Amino acid sequence: MSASVGYNFGFMDEYAKKEIRRTVLKAVAIPGYQVPYSSREMPMGRGFGTGGLQLTLSLIGVGDNLKVIDQGSDDSVNAVNLRSFIEMTCPGIDTTTSVDEANLIQSRHRIPEKPLRDDQVIVMQVPYPDPLVIVEPSEDRRKIQHGEGNYSKLLVKLYEDIVQFDEITISHRYPTCINNHYVLDPSPIPRWDVPKMHQSRALILFGAGREKKIYAVPPYSKAEPLVFDDVPFRIEDFRDEHSVRRPCARCGCTSSFLDEFIDSENGEKVYQCSDSDWCDEQLAQQGEC
Amino acid sequence: MKKVLEVDGLSKIYGKGCSQCAQLTGPDCDTNICPQCGSVVAAHDLSFDLYEGEILGIIGESGSGKSTAVKTLYFDEEPTAGSATFYDGQTKHDLFELNKAQQRHLANHRFGMVYQNPHLGLNFGISAGGNIAERLLMSGERSYSTIRARATALLTRTEVLPERMDELPKNFSGGMQQRVQIAKALAIEPPLLFLDEVTTGLDLSVQASILDLILEIQQELKTSMVVVTHDLGVIRLLAGRTMVMKYGRIIESGLTDQILEDPQHAYTQRLVASSL
Repeated sequence: MSASVGYNFGFMDEYAKKEIRRTVLKAVAIPGYQVPYSSREMPMGRGFGTGGLQLTLSLIGVGDNLKVIDQGSDDSVNAVNLRSFIEMTCPGIDTTTSVDEANLIQSRHRIPEKPLRDDQVIVMQVPYPDPLVIVEPSEDRRKIQHGEGNYSKLLVKLYEDIVQFDEITISHRYPTCINNHYVLDPSPIPRWDVPKMHQSRALILFGAGREKKIYAVPPYSKAEPLVFDDVPFRIEDFRDEHSVRRPCARCGCTSSFLDEFIDSENGEKVYQCSDSDWCDEQLAQQGEC
Repeated sequence: MKKVLEVDGLSKIYGKGCSQCAQLTGPDCDTNICPQCGSVVAAHDLSFDLYEGEILGIIGESGSGKSTAVKTLYFDEEPTAGSATFYDGQTKHDLFELNKAQQRHLANHRFGMVYQNPHLGLNFGISAGGNIAERLLMSGERSYSTIRARATALLTRTEVLPERMDELPKNFSGGMQQRVQIAKALAIEPPLLFLDEVTTGLDLSVQASILDLILEIQQELKTSMVVVTHDLGVIRLLAGRTMVMKYGRIIESGLTDQILEDPQHAYTQRLVASSL
């Protein structure tokens, strides 16, 4: 198929892929550090996941099994398009929707519910790699603050949140400290997914195509969300007004991250697993019983 | 007495500088712009010591280099020549030999600075309490309730109503902004505090209460301070020892009373005479 398309395997030339692999090595060697790289032009707009795509294209090889997720679902438009592009430019690879079967996962905004294994790599698409960008506009000064591990400005933002709202209001992209030094932006995953990075068995890679940065959480490393000693980190609360945990409307699971949407017929709120593979698996298990 | 700071031959030249700069400028030549190369000699060959709990005053007209001297010591500017040693208990730091990270660490943990303009010392985008919190967080404090309690205590101490702690500094009067700035500088109880024209532009009663506050703090915490001002009244009230600067040089220094009662240099005589 490669011949008919007329592109090199993985769309990018071998030098480009090599550069990205080297960048990945550096990112793994310095956990949480944003390594700059020369983000290539992709046949799609920057900001549509080109960072993650370049990582995937330079890591994938014949025989690999790929899963692409967009906000937990394999059927969202971003996931479908990226998957078909990778299938077209990488002949000989397999794709799957199952977390178990995949050894390479590219994801937008979610880490799968099912714990990953140490033979898996997950690639996250990142819009804004630097967590300090909300408090410090100058990149020069941000770099100094990263170098010195000075995240006081971010902590002041958390302080102001608690003063104003009695809790920390960051819902996604929660700044997380990796291996006691660098604080990274874990891409727009919900708070729910942040603890999954801690001592993760799988390698987590982050690619920001527009901002030209790659960073990593290596397997089995510390990932601690930025908090005060006496104000603990909190994940999303899915209890209803009677303090009962809401179940997924489809599979009944009470331990997954839920999406809220409005039923188009009766206008009521419906809650359903955000991770479609997880939801399907729960349903299949119930069928077996 | 314990020495806190020792400054030796501190110089700061803006511009490329030449070998003639030192000879062709200064009070004798009545200029601080070198006629040879056009560089501005903001400060030349400043040497002084500061002891524990002492307040040293630096007085001089605009452009005499008094602020420049303090800014180099707080690492806001890099000096052209000279050395400064900070004695911190058993350790001593050669200020201008430290790298940038060490300098910032020292400034964050051991020094305090209060600027004339609160916009320089405070972040106007966050609340007064947040400003104090920032300084505490920089020095490694991670408990929300401790930070809250400490900020309340500091604002009470500097006579800002603690109820207004969560307001933005822009809603405050000039005097209150200055008090918040002092509270921020004091948050980590620094052994060395720099005050750059802290009362300039405030009305007289507010000036008096801020000067009182500074004196009380000096008594309580035994903080050493360098006070930069062009106001003889401030010097008279605060400083034990005083240096008079003109065109980047120290032209006279000694006990404050001595300088005010028996000025030796013609410029100092004019200065004292004009204020009386």
